[in-house]
Amino acid sequence: MTALLLRDLRLAFRAGGGFGLGLAFFLIVTVLVPFAVGPQSALLSTIAPGVLWLGALLACLLSLDRLLALDWEDGSLDLLATAPLPLESVVTIKALAHWITTGLPLVLAAPFLGVLLNLAPPGFLWLVVSLLVGTPALSVVGTFGAALTVGLKRGGLLLSLLVLPLYVPTLIFGAEVARRGAVGMETATPLLFLGGITAACIALLPFASAAVLRVNLR
Amino acid sequence: MSIAAKANALWAYANPKKFLATTERVLPFFWASAAISLVVGLVWGFFFTPDDYKQGSTVKIIYLHVPAALMAINAWLMMLVTSLVWLVRRHHVSALAARAAAPVGIVMTLIALATGAIWGQPMWGTWWAWDPRLTSFLILFLFYLGYVALWEAIENPDTAADLTSVLCLVGSVFALLSRYAVNFWNQGLHQGASLSLDKEENVADVFFFPLLVCIAGFVLLFIALVFYRTGTEIRARRIKALLARERVGS
Repeated sequence: MTALLLRDLRLAFRAGGGFGLGLAFFLIVTVLVPFAVGPQSALLSTIAPGVLWLGALLACLLSLDRLLALDWEDGSLDLLATAPLPLESVVTIKALAHWITTGLPLVLAAPFLGVLLNLAPPGFLWLVVSLLVGTPALSVVGTFGAALTVGLKRGGLLLSLLVLPLYVPTLIFGAEVARRGAVGMETATPLLFLGGITAACIALLPFASAAVLRVNLR
Repeated sequence: MSIAAKANALWAYANPKKFLATTERVLPFFWASAAISLVVGLVWGFFFTPDDYKQGSTVKIIYLHVPAALMAINAWLMMLVTSLVWLVRRHHVSALAARAAAPVGIVMTLIALATGAIWGQPMWGTWWAWDPRLTSFLILFLFYLGYVALWEAIENPDTAADLTSVLCLVGSVFALLSRYAVNFWNQGLHQGASLSLDKEENVADVFFFPLLVCIAGFVLLFIALVFYRTGTEIRARRIKALLARERVGS
């Protein structure tokens, strides 16, 4: 399992493209928002938590179609399926690798982009906390979507259509934590919901992902 | 007949031939009774019930809105059940019925959303509000779209049936989750349920009985459409098989 994780990480860092792309996309979305809505700092400060969450979510989505497609094309997915490691573990590792290469950088970059959007000072901590708790769910759900569409030639657009509705609960609670944190309200309730959703996704969805991957590899 | 025997009798319809023969026999009755109850219910509702003292005649859109919303959810539930049957027992008719129900569900969701908007404009003063019920219906609509798109995208019918079934199961959980998440996210503008089994008082009787007839009409229409469309799917697959056989033969 460690070997697979290291292999995926190495591929993501070295093979060019995958790694920095999500981060760059996140930056660009955040920079474009003031152009679209105007530079008033009060307005930006109100929408900052939501915009940052949405940007992180879209950046996460961007890298999903490469998650399994490359391994599918060169046949290493077939090897992994016949390996002694259960396919459930394989997809979990894949999701973990995706989170480390996409989710974690987004979490770390978010506070700096928060400065650009004039995020209220108490909001920084809660933005990072909510992203830290929420983004693993995005990776796991995304792995499910990637497993569903892996065999398709033009799966990218379909992948977004399938995955985005599944992101709704995470987005609602995650953005709610960040918003409440920014205005100084208590954040425990949505944070617990967010954590519960993430935990349930990590616990259950790998089985669904492995099941659909088996169908696709049949 | 015992319950087990009845259950066995139900599984007999997994045979496409038997399914087609039976649905063809009962379909005219379903079409006719759906048409009759819809005409009776709508005419009764539109022309022979009083205007509401606050909402005026706009209240009458309830005869389209409530049954359509009800069927939009029930269509998804039916797809969930048939998907499970496909995953567990691999009956092709079941998978095809799920596929056949999805576009009907989309139309029902659209009717509910559109009639709601038309009613909301004069009553709430807005076509659309990010109210929990409205929002969760919109999310349901997105789930339907994804489901249909996945069916269309995959060529191998068995793979498509498998993948869409899993998507339906996972989607059901997330749709339910979203339903309660949006409740948390925003306070509602939409009134509570007009109909429920555990309440003493529902809508007033004058509106209630035509509404029941309309709901019955929508249920019958849904069943007729699903039977009809499933039959079409079965025939389409047969034609495909025949064509493939011909190509191999020549």
